Amino acid sequence: MSSKKESVSRTIIVALMVCLVCSVVVSVAAVALKPIQVTNQIIDKQRNILLIAGLLEEGPSIGEQFEKITPRLVDLRTGEYSDARDPLTYDQQLAAKNPEMSARLTSEEDIASIRRREHYATVYLVENEEGIETVILPIHGYGLWSTLYGFIALEGDLNTIVGLGFYQHGETPGLGGEVDNPNWRELWQGNLVYDDEGEVAVELVKGTVDPRNPDAQYQVDGLAGATLTSRGVENLVRFWMGESGFRSYLQNLRSGEA
Amino acid sequence: MANVSAKGVLFDPVFKNNPIALQILGICSALAVTTSLNVTLVMCMALTSVVALSNLFISVIRNQIPSSIRMIVQMVIIASLVIVVDQLLKAYAFDISKQLSVFVGLIITNCIVMGRAEAFAMQNPPHMSFLDGIGNGLGYSFILIVVASIRELLGAGKLFGIEILPVVNEGGWYQPNGLLLLPPSAFFIIGLIIWALRSWKTEQIEAKDYTMAPQSRVVKEAM
Repeated sequence: MSSKKESVSRTIIVALMVCLVCSVVVSVAAVALKPIQVTNQIIDKQRNILLIAGLLEEGPSIGEQFEKITPRLVDLRTGEYSDARDPLTYDQQLAAKNPEMSARLTSEEDIASIRRREHYATVYLVENEEGIETVILPIHGYGLWSTLYGFIALEGDLNTIVGLGFYQHGETPGLGGEVDNPNWRELWQGNLVYDDEGEVAVELVKGTVDPRNPDAQYQVDGLAGATLTSRGVENLVRFWMGESGFRSYLQNLRSGEA
Repeated sequence: MANVSAKGVLFDPVFKNNPIALQILGICSALAVTTSLNVTLVMCMALTSVVALSNLFISVIRNQIPSSIRMIVQMVIIASLVIVVDQLLKAYAFDISKQLSVFVGLIITNCIVMGRAEAFAMQNPPHMSFLDGIGNGLGYSFILIVVASIRELLGAGKLFGIEILPVVNEGGWYQPNGLLLLPPSAFFIIGLIIWALRSWKTEQIEAKDYTMAPQSRVVKEAM
């Protein structure tokens, strides 16, 4: 019996059977659950956008709440809207790695330490009768350990911050990880991005912001014990609001030419 | 392990023969997923179901598996189960599966699963193997839940995400201990649990591998 069990043909048959059964089980699970997983991912992203823009409400489903938001694709090279890709399916993180879809940054430009910048970005607009109410822009950059991915939401004047937040990062929990702390994120609300000359003036300061300082409207408290993460956040906001980021798009939007 | 009773198979791994505390298996995931209780519980359920089902299936076909490829067959079964569990979590517990990230996939490499398949399921009938899997899952869960409770309570002032100790950052009085949110703290806690268990059940203390040379003699020789 045992010699029969150990024979070569028997070994191959058992191996084939096990593989066959297991592969069927795995593929059935993967195919059957795929639609639910894709919906989860979309809902998760939409939830993050709503949360950061301060539009998230209890009650109505994420899908319903997201209906008032219009995704648009922006060509970062020209600062104008583009139809080159579908904004809903365009994967910006993937594009940043694709040489055909992104451009290398020089070290002077690359203050956010991201090396390459993608040509297109998906922005999200909330519009009302008078025009744009909120514009939500994707931002990312290097902190201490990881690239932080998030959004910054601006009011209709395209200068006042409604909210800033990150949905993906690997910073130290309790220190740099405090970028997720709602209390810290609140500090950004109402701050201004550009000064009177139109330069990016956002700054993270050590300790607490002195409200008497004339620059206080551009400043946010740095994270305690996380100097490098704070610096990373400052740099990435400066990058994405600056010349290589959304600045020309925002200017076009302001003059109504986007 | 001969003539084992169902009750013994099920409950021995909790205290008497705990996979983490006595066999020191599965430490990696015990460090990684114990920062909050919600995540830990899902991980425990995932691991328990994988151990129980892999034990069951391997035991069912144990007499058919040629010994030359038995490890690979075990691995294929375990890996398939882990993928299915991972897919299920992504579909029905998306937020938690995001936090568990790679650690669900890494159940494949968890020594408890392979260890039970090889040590128990290959020699025992299916129902006993299934219970053995559940039992070892319970033993693993017991340690993880204790570690996670300590870490979440002292590291974030919460249990199951509900605030117990109001933390300073949110206007309370408790200054959370950041170390407890980092993996090394789980090492200390698991060490303390092992110490406590072995003081209670002294038969778990391993025989010494070596004897320490008396200090004074060493000093004399050095002089």
